[in-house]
Amino acid sequence: MDELKLYTYIAVFGSFGLYFAIAWWARASSTSDFYVAGGGVTPIQNGMAIGADWMSAASFISMAGLIAFLGYGGSVFLMGWTGGYVLLAMLLAPYMRKHGKFTVPEFISDRYYSKGARIVAVLCLIIASLTYIIGQMKGVGVAFSRFLEVEYDMGLYIGMFVVWVYAVLGGMKGITYTQIAQYCVLIFAYTIPAVFISLQLTGNPIPQIGLGSTLADGSGVYLLDKLDMVVTDLGFKEYTTDNLGGTLNMFAYTMSLMIGTAGLPHVIMRFFTVPTVQAARSSAGYALVFIALLYTVAPAVGAMARFNLMNTIVPSAGDNLVYNERPQWFKDWEKTGLLQYEDKNGDGKIQYVADKETNEMVKVDRDIMVLANPAIANLPNWVIALVAAGGLAAALSTAAGLLLAISSSISHDLMKGVLTPNLSDKNELLAGRIVMTLAILVSGYLGLNPPGFAAGTVALAFGLAASSIFPALMMGIFAKKMSGTAAVAGMCSGIGVTMLYVFQHKGIMFIPGTSFLGDMGPNWFLGISPNAFGVVGALVNFAVAFAVCKVTGPAPQHIQDMVDNFRVPHGAGAAHDH
Amino acid sequence: MEEQTTYWQENLRLIFTCLVIWFVVSFGFGLLLVEPLNEIRLGGYKLGFWFAQQGSIYTFVALIFWYTVKMNKLDKKYHVEES
Repeated sequence: MDELKLYTYIAVFGSFGLYFAIAWWARASSTSDFYVAGGGVTPIQNGMAIGADWMSAASFISMAGLIAFLGYGGSVFLMGWTGGYVLLAMLLAPYMRKHGKFTVPEFISDRYYSKGARIVAVLCLIIASLTYIIGQMKGVGVAFSRFLEVEYDMGLYIGMFVVWVYAVLGGMKGITYTQIAQYCVLIFAYTIPAVFISLQLTGNPIPQIGLGSTLADGSGVYLLDKLDMVVTDLGFKEYTTDNLGGTLNMFAYTMSLMIGTAGLPHVIMRFFTVPTVQAARSSAGYALVFIALLYTVAPAVGAMARFNLMNTIVPSAGDNLVYNERPQWFKDWEKTGLLQYEDKNGDGKIQYVADKETNEMVKVDRDIMVLANPAIANLPNWVIALVAAGGLAAALSTAAGLLLAISSSISHDLMKGVLTPNLSDKNELLAGRIVMTLAILVSGYLGLNPPGFAAGTVALAFGLAASSIFPALMMGIFAKKMSGTAAVAGMCSGIGVTMLYVFQHKGIMFIPGTSFLGDMGPNWFLGISPNAFGVVGALVNFAVAFAVCKVTGPAPQHIQDMVDNFRVPHGAGAAHDH
Repeated sequence: MEEQTTYWQENLRLIFTCLVIWFVVSFGFGLLLVEPLNEIRLGGYKLGFWFAQQGSIYTFVALIFWYTVKMNKLDKKYHVEES
């Protein structure tokens, strides 16, 4: 066994052992432990757990790669996935914590005094969470197959087993404490290579500063200026100004991701685990600190990865890399099919240019950038092993949070809330565990047989959360008179408009050929791409809800009194059942 | 009840201020005004680009903590804090 493989085994299985130990120590004994960790999590702990919960395989593996190739256009993800926490801290979290229930659908059903509203919320939650999990499961499979060279299927089974042990045993309590450990693993795994690379390129160990510094080669040229020059010379768009489909599209995209973030149930439910309303406010702050640690490093990782990639292939203008002299990482990734070369002009050198006719790097998958980065920069083997453990921590922690959101919405909202209200605490806990086991099996199955539309549905998850859940919650708190009928009408039309737009451009249920307007820029409404449409759905939701409320009259007085009550922190107890 | 209404009004004003700043640093500086701001340099960063990829995130973090501190004071002022 070579050195890299040995280190990787130690890092991956060492971290798994740690998660098991924590799960055993923090196992759940009541429904309160299982759903809200007994309400005893401190804001800093909760912030870290939210960070790990939030930062998925997509944040860890894909985001820097997206930024590397989109340049300035990648800013929509950076601002969109962090700005939502400002909305959470001010508009939702403290009031929902004050109300003190276990789940998001439960809040919606209390506020809108309707089981129908609860069922709509449960459906949105399950669709949003399941589509997300498929991505995590794929991430686990890919990380295993690349780094440990086991079969993709085997990697997936191991991942399912690990999540099953600590999520089913520990519930929210076990998940929270495991996520704290996972956060530490993933943030080290992400920043250490970035520090090394920043030091190599600019002489500054802090990536956020390195990105704005001059190159260490003594030329005195700023890294970003050099990168702009290199990419424009080859015909690509300038890195620091390349915008993503125009200003309006970037605006709508950023806003959709922000309100989508604030509306995702697996994030909101974390705020039910803290002891007080004040702790709910500061949890959001700590969560964003821990998230920002990764999100402000990501632009440096992206830009530096692009810089290194360009420099490897075209060390200086006109002097391209000879294919037979390509480095080992190039060969490794060629084997996975994610990197492909085709010698179009037969000179044995690699031409990497924007022009599709002459470009010979026919495939450079964006997702490989973070994983290949340490190897491209010639970092030591233990750093590469750490990245593998970090990618797995990111995928597993998010999967566990989503599984809990699904199991609580089924066992607590559907079974206890609607179907079998007499369920005892002990039986509900058992039901929660059984549902979670089933959810792991379903998501594992979907990970093994990913539906063709998996990639598109993550955007749909944000669209759903942005156009249905966020407006419903916000009006529930800030529009005291908003009635149940109006809110349900708003949610349904918000989802309806968003789904219609996504389907008409991406195909019904993402089946190719069924899109009736085609996935073409010129057909987009005001040039807004389907992924960015959630904000329009949200506006429709607000408009319909206020109009219907005007016609059908305000919510009853006892509901308005309840709203008055959760607007002030005074008298909050621990999150409870009834 | 009267007191609670003014508490809520003050909270709304504070949220409004925070959201104006939230909007200006991200959508304002990072998107709408990015071109003029890019004329200004912050080391190797163009300023508009810096706001879009770094500055807005730092501001978001500061905003949440500022809001938390202000609200904790407001809770005490109106005696609605948790016992």
